Amino acid sequence: MPELIAKTALEGRAALTLATTTLAEADPGPVTSVALFPGQGKAAAKALKPLGLTFPAPNRLVEKDGLRLVWTGREQAFLIGGPAPDLAGIAAVTDQSGGWATLRLTGPAGAEALARLVPLDLSEATFPVGHAARAPLGHMQAVLMRPAAEVIEVMVFRSMARTAWHEVEVALRALAARAALT
Amino acid sequence: MRILGKGQVDRSRPVSFRFDGRSFQGYQGDTLASALMANGVRLMGRSFKYHRPRGVLTAGSEEPNALVEVVGATNQTPNVRATVQEIFEGLNAQSQNRFPSLAFDVLGVNDFLSPFLSAGFYYKTFMWPRAFWEKIYEPAIRRAAGLGRLSGKHDEGAYEKAYAFCDLLVIGAGPAGLAAALTAARAGAQVILAEEDRQLGGRLLADEAELDGAPAADWVASVEAELRSLPNVRILTRSAVTGAYDNGTFGALERVGLHLPARADLPRECFWRISAARAILCAGALERPLAFPMNDRPGIMLAGAVRAYLNRWGVVPGKRVTLFANNDGARATARQLMAAGIEVAAILDSRTDASAVEDCPVYLGARITDTSGRLGLSRISGTHVGGQFQILTDCLAMSGGWNPTVHLTCHMNGRPRWREDIAAFVPSDGAVPGLTTAGAVNGDYTTHACLAAGHAAAVAALEALGRSAPAVTLPRAEGTPYRHEPLWLVSGKGRAWLDFANDVTSKDVKLAAQEGFTSVEHMKRYTTQGMAPDQGKNSNVAALAVLADATGRGIPETGTTTFRPPYLPVSIAAMGAGGRAMGFAPQRFTTSDQASRDRHAPMIEAGLWYRPSYFPKPGEKTWREACDREVAMVRAAVGISDVSTLGKIDIQGRDAARFLDLVYTNTFSTLPVGKVRYGLMLREDGFVLDDGTTARLGEHHFLTTTTTAAAGLVMRHLDFIHQTHCADWDLRMISVTESWAQFAVAGPKARALLNAVLDQPVEGFPFMSCGTVSVGGVQARLFRISFSGEEGYEIAVPTRYGEALFRDLLAKAEVMGGGPYGMEALNVLRIEKGFITHAEIHGRTTAFDIGMEKMVSPKKDCIGKAMAARPGLTGDERQQLVGLKLSDAVAAFGGAHLFTPGATVDREGSEGYVTSVCWSVTLKATLAMGFLKNGRARHGDLIRIVDHLRGIDVLAEVCDPVFHDPAGEKLRA
Repeated sequence: MPELIAKTALEGRAALTLATTTLAEADPGPVTSVALFPGQGKAAAKALKPLGLTFPAPNRLVEKDGLRLVWTGREQAFLIGGPAPDLAGIAAVTDQSGGWATLRLTGPAGAEALARLVPLDLSEATFPVGHAARAPLGHMQAVLMRPAAEVIEVMVFRSMARTAWHEVEVALRALAARAALT
Repeated sequence: MRILGKGQVDRSRPVSFRFDGRSFQGYQGDTLASALMANGVRLMGRSFKYHRPRGVLTAGSEEPNALVEVVGATNQTPNVRATVQEIFEGLNAQSQNRFPSLAFDVLGVNDFLSPFLSAGFYYKTFMWPRAFWEKIYEPAIRRAAGLGRLSGKHDEGAYEKAYAFCDLLVIGAGPAGLAAALTAARAGAQVILAEEDRQLGGRLLADEAELDGAPAADWVASVEAELRSLPNVRILTRSAVTGAYDNGTFGALERVGLHLPARADLPRECFWRISAARAILCAGALERPLAFPMNDRPGIMLAGAVRAYLNRWGVVPGKRVTLFANNDGARATARQLMAAGIEVAAILDSRTDASAVEDCPVYLGARITDTSGRLGLSRISGTHVGGQFQILTDCLAMSGGWNPTVHLTCHMNGRPRWREDIAAFVPSDGAVPGLTTAGAVNGDYTTHACLAAGHAAAVAALEALGRSAPAVTLPRAEGTPYRHEPLWLVSGKGRAWLDFANDVTSKDVKLAAQEGFTSVEHMKRYTTQGMAPDQGKNSNVAALAVLADATGRGIPETGTTTFRPPYLPVSIAAMGAGGRAMGFAPQRFTTSDQASRDRHAPMIEAGLWYRPSYFPKPGEKTWREACDREVAMVRAAVGISDVSTLGKIDIQGRDAARFLDLVYTNTFSTLPVGKVRYGLMLREDGFVLDDGTTARLGEHHFLTTTTTAAAGLVMRHLDFIHQTHCADWDLRMISVTESWAQFAVAGPKARALLNAVLDQPVEGFPFMSCGTVSVGGVQARLFRISFSGEEGYEIAVPTRYGEALFRDLLAKAEVMGGGPYGMEALNVLRIEKGFITHAEIHGRTTAFDIGMEKMVSPKKDCIGKAMAARPGLTGDERQQLVGLKLSDAVAAFGGAHLFTPGATVDREGSEGYVTSVCWSVTLKATLAMGFLKNGRARHGDLIRIVDHLRGIDVLAEVCDPVFHDPAGEKLRA
């Protein structure tokens, strides 16, 4: 039996650099939703400890050795970058891996580009490293993360990846055209 | 006429542009108005109603007269104010509301008819016959009276919208705004300074003001340089704040590329939504025109505007200028013109006690009672304390004092306050939460007062933000008090215009009062006063004064009309940036999308998704041929359809089964692990919300599916029920629609095909089973369910493997005489089997209506159960789901109504309607589903189907909606 070929949502799409900022699709590896059952906060903390992670506060992410836990909703976080530990009875664990497309914006204009699409202040001052948010990107619901300085990652539903890319690209093109005026 | 040595245009950079087909030259920094003026063009527009020749009145965005169309490659923008539009190489502008040309306008005849075209004329004249209004009168009037035209094509220019956030928004960059911004900026606050002009400075630039004994422009430049050097300041020039909204949100329109030749990707405009913790409005004031007989000729302008043209652009609108004013400040216009070597014919001061000492003749107690000059002013005449005057002049600069620009403070229902000493409205305190006002907007008209007020407002705002104010040394500035005497109307024989843009004269306002429209809101609507693109900025206060006089009341008692957003015209294209055409909504693509397109399948929209309609084979000429083939293929061999678009919700927890019992009409707690059950969900009002299957993957783990269209709706519904009914239950759910690519494999050869792709063949996998399988080494989920009536499976793999599995399934199916099938075939298959979709559960049908009342479990409660039991929602009177069968092929008649044969065909006689129709290639008949009154008792009857839209009138047999394999033997094979 031949193996099935895995594809990301925007497989083969070349990265794009505009306004000194690069838009690229990222493949973050496994994505697992971890939704704590009521009253399981302590048990979760214990189960996450070996990974060096804690369950993130709202609008935050925690990261350790390439494994990231990002807040995505009420008592819910996405574990990104590796397999989930055994959380039976502690949390509802659901594979979300292929369901999201991740766009990574690297460069100084990332926040400014997303200011065209996301009604949140994503500047470094108010959305520093370690912050995360759920917010609409245009008409698409998204998970926004700041894993490092001058890096913003945006997760959108996989089926909407092309629209999300297009909208971010349009925003970057407009910024580049504005920059060319001065 | 250009004046040497004056103005801030760049004379080393000439710019050519076109107006009404003629080529002109101006300089970098010119507006269309200043450049035309420099070329001696005075006539720039025609008025709205009387088609009177008009020239430029102002030097700002409040311009009522000089409205033009700007023609671009991709768009034609009407009602562009020539005073705002900057010229650029290749700018192509044309005048509007004239035929055939600006200088000779046929509809100028309206002007001679003006005695008949007074306020309310249309209402009084075109009353009869009633039907004529909509069809004849209104279109004709609209053609004759109007503004610019659109091109009729899509505006494909680039537009942008954006969000911005700040501690302090400073609106306006005159002396007050600059002082405020500088103070807040030095304190480290995040500041946005929004200025609608291309330059910072406001009246400092236009007035040739001095600060610290040097030109004010020097101070402006130094402040701008400091602000631009600070990382916490964003300066938005060419950006007018258009509205004040709740919670410190402001709208602003930025002209990003309108002053430049079109460039790829550069937005024409950007609509900003600014969220500000605090705001300071430093919007300044607008000069008032004077209402005197025939005051609308080209060449009659505001005195402040004449000063602005002289000092900012180095142009003067005439060779022999006269000043008519009721205040001291306007005299600067005459003095500066004389200093620049321009002849000033006279200063006409309406006051008797003003100074008569100037370097030109001064007439006190002056009133202009007539003007002449058809396409441009040539002469004025009137009276003064010493008698009469007649002056040959080609430009009249007028000033009736100043009106503070209070508009934004009224956007949240604040009412401005009348200040008798300056005879003007000023903002009320606290009119917009978090917003204070400073400078001329409060009636502080001196530069000194503006600077001090701007600084003080910023200090107060900083305190509110918890920041300490830094040291700011303000420059020394003039502080000459504002001295004026109101002059609202000079009576005389001719018409005295108030609202230039809408052709409203003082007589119209008086007529309104005389006819009983004494409330200012009624007068406004009766006369159209203040309803033009300038929104009455130039005229409302004067019109109010005339109305007050006509009704014997004071101005504050008469009240004001309401200023609403936007402050100035905002293009819909900017507000809807990115939303044109396919930008309207996200597009959702399945993993099989490319494979379907490779097979030339036309894609149709299903919600936001794109799904294949059918897969045409060579030689097939119509969709029907492809559809019939695909249906037969599924019934005889095997077909594959991407069903990933159906909603999938993962539900886990010890209370998951209990939750499903609550939200579904039927019971799920009894479902064994490894089994699937069909479920029906009701809304709280008892009507059907959605249907679908739910699989029990584990003791506390379920997977619920929804229809494609209702996926988001059901997720929201479940979340709502969870939060409002059982928030403390041990229950978690999340959408996994996007995580699994799922394909239906249906037909007698379905199992054979599956076994060709699965790593381990399935055996003894009965109908309504589910389990885990492996395909190509990837763990997959298999469900034995059917929406076609054949032996059917759905196989789901993690989405990233979706395309690979789909292509593999197709390749193997085709060897077996199978292949892909699209939405058309899917629809035929389900109608043949009598399966419902949202065509049937459309929101107005109950479980009883669709024949599923037995699925509402009597043993438990569920959402919607009580409400579904209301009288009138069950019984013989209900229209019930039935099948309809015709032996002939009939064109689709979805939406047709059902009548008892022989009964009258009218609205009352309708006994039901058709929801779904198809040609069944399997049964060689036209099949339909629909709702018929007491339909389940009428199987075997004939019913008349009437479709007025398509002209169809046929008889059909009423039957059970399950046409194909009613016993379900194939399903369970």
